[in-house]
Amino acid sequence: MNFSVPTEAFIVLSMVLFVLGAMGVMLRKNAIIVFMSVEMMLNAANLAFVAFARQWMHLEGQVFVFFVMTVAAAEVAVGLALIVAIFRNRNSTNIDALHQMEG
Amino acid sequence: MYTAPTLDFFGQLNLGVALPALAVMFGSMIVLLMGLFVPRERRHSVPIAALSLISAGFIMTLFTFNPPDAEAFGGMYRGDAFANMLNLIVLATAFLAILGSTDYLRMTQINHPEYYTLLLLSTSGAMIMAGANDLLLIFIALELLSIPLYVLAAFRTTDGTPTDEVSSKSQESGIKYFILGAFSSAFFVYGAALVYGATGTTNLNAVAEAVQGLAAAGDFGTAGTLLLLGAALILVGLGFKVAAVPFHMWTPDVYEGSPTPVTAFMSVAAKAGGFASLLRIVAVGLAALAVRPEEAAAWQPAFQLVAILTLVLGNVVALAQNNLKRMLAYSSIAHAGYILMAVAAVGSAPLVEGIGDSAAQSILIYLAAYMFTNLGAFAVVSAVEREDGSGVMLDDLNGLFNTRPWLAVAMAIFMLSLTGIPLTAGFIGKYLVINAAVQAGLIALAVVGVLTSVVSAFYYMRVIVNMFLRSEAEGVALPVVGQPLLVAVYASMAGTLVLGILPTLLTGLVNLVQLV
Repeated sequence: MNFSVPTEAFIVLSMVLFVLGAMGVMLRKNAIIVFMSVEMMLNAANLAFVAFARQWMHLEGQVFVFFVMTVAAAEVAVGLALIVAIFRNRNSTNIDALHQMEG
Repeated sequence: MYTAPTLDFFGQLNLGVALPALAVMFGSMIVLLMGLFVPRERRHSVPIAALSLISAGFIMTLFTFNPPDAEAFGGMYRGDAFANMLNLIVLATAFLAILGSTDYLRMTQINHPEYYTLLLLSTSGAMIMAGANDLLLIFIALELLSIPLYVLAAFRTTDGTPTDEVSSKSQESGIKYFILGAFSSAFFVYGAALVYGATGTTNLNAVAEAVQGLAAAGDFGTAGTLLLLGAALILVGLGFKVAAVPFHMWTPDVYEGSPTPVTAFMSVAAKAGGFASLLRIVAVGLAALAVRPEEAAAWQPAFQLVAILTLVLGNVVALAQNNLKRMLAYSSIAHAGYILMAVAAVGSAPLVEGIGDSAAQSILIYLAAYMFTNLGAFAVVSAVEREDGSGVMLDDLNGLFNTRPWLAVAMAIFMLSLTGIPLTAGFIGKYLVINAAVQAGLIALAVVGVLTSVVSAFYYMRVIVNMFLRSEAEGVALPVVGQPLLVAVYASMAGTLVLGILPTLLTGLVNLVQLV
């Protein structure tokens, strides 16, 4: 018997991951955790792309995933550098403490 | 049968139409190497190289303005008149921003040559975004535009500790921009995944065909849900980039904390790139996404709502600002609202003939007008700003007409243009986008646009009143203004006036624009 996981299951899982990631960005305070949540949202999109690519039986979606991963790596490089610079300056990565400018 | 490889492949790529953007991208690497190898005492040649590169890109764009075959990279990039007009706007933005940067960088002791490389990379990102015709390329160009901007926003970081208030503000604006920028890209990517799931392609023309096929069949089914959800997520993602309400929270902080020339650049280039992609996605890809054929597009109400919120909130909150950079940030949010009016108008394409193209043309003229005006206003701000970042409150402009009459006159013209007073560029832009909304039958939206425009007059006039009618504080020395910055101010002033008095200079080029 040939049984495979239906595409819908992947899409539902990716939506759950995406929403969890979005909630993490909005609710967590540590800049690194926030950043990890963004990565989780991107990976949720990757999962959706791969699942849809399997459904359509071509590779365009999988190619997209490689580009998303590359860009995410570039974002890590810049983002971690920024977080380190902030940490050196304030000894904390709490983003709620970043309120020098308001209004 | 075996066929020997030929060089035809490179001909098929049709690189010529993408040449301006590619030239700026690769040229930025040369500028990076110059920063490495040119001795410190000859570093002033780095911005000159950057300016020549931008001028070369400008000339190339004019030569390939409306090519007969605009498709490059197998349809991923379209170097058509729309893309090239935006390229001209973005290149002019980068040119004026660099003119305004040289003295600022020296004054604030952050004169690192990498600044120009990052600025050029970001410029090339905006240029590619203007022509990108595939969700994949739009995403990459979006990141190429944004990632250098995150660094530039945090560029006023001093090496040693303890750090001063200005540099810690700059860091704060960098990380805020970064987190919200990355957050919004994730929304964009997920939206792209859903559109791909519904249509099986990421090319916008192929997406349009698939959507038309679904519309012709009369039943969108699950694909319709995926498309609507995808369009909504893409609107959220690009809405962050162009600072539309309710995705605008980062804008005032980032604009205030970033180095002023960087603020000037990002307020125009990021908006130009974001609106280019937003317009291409909805006008080319999702134009036929309607509940019933011969009806306005299903995404139009959402765009109308966002436009109204943006117009009202941007203009009303700007009234309460005392910091010039923050006020200009809210003003730039409001201007995103005016452009969104024209984007919403595109949704009526099935009902009104030719509205898609005329709305796109109005957006281009609006962006050109906004570019001159906003860059000029920020150039004046950096002319009055002091080394420690102070001097940018509204009250610091008191009596500017007595101390620096020409700067005050230029600033007054920029404020009038941002309000949309006739004989300035801003009036032409505002007239055209409101006209597009009226043609599309969005009367309520047009009325909100006009009314908020009246509200905006209050805070722009406050600046003029402070400069001309109040007297300056005693004993405060004004900072020295460098020649390049003055050139930027007067060039922007000339652009604002010329576009306002002779708009035909630009409409000739813009009338070639057709979105296919």
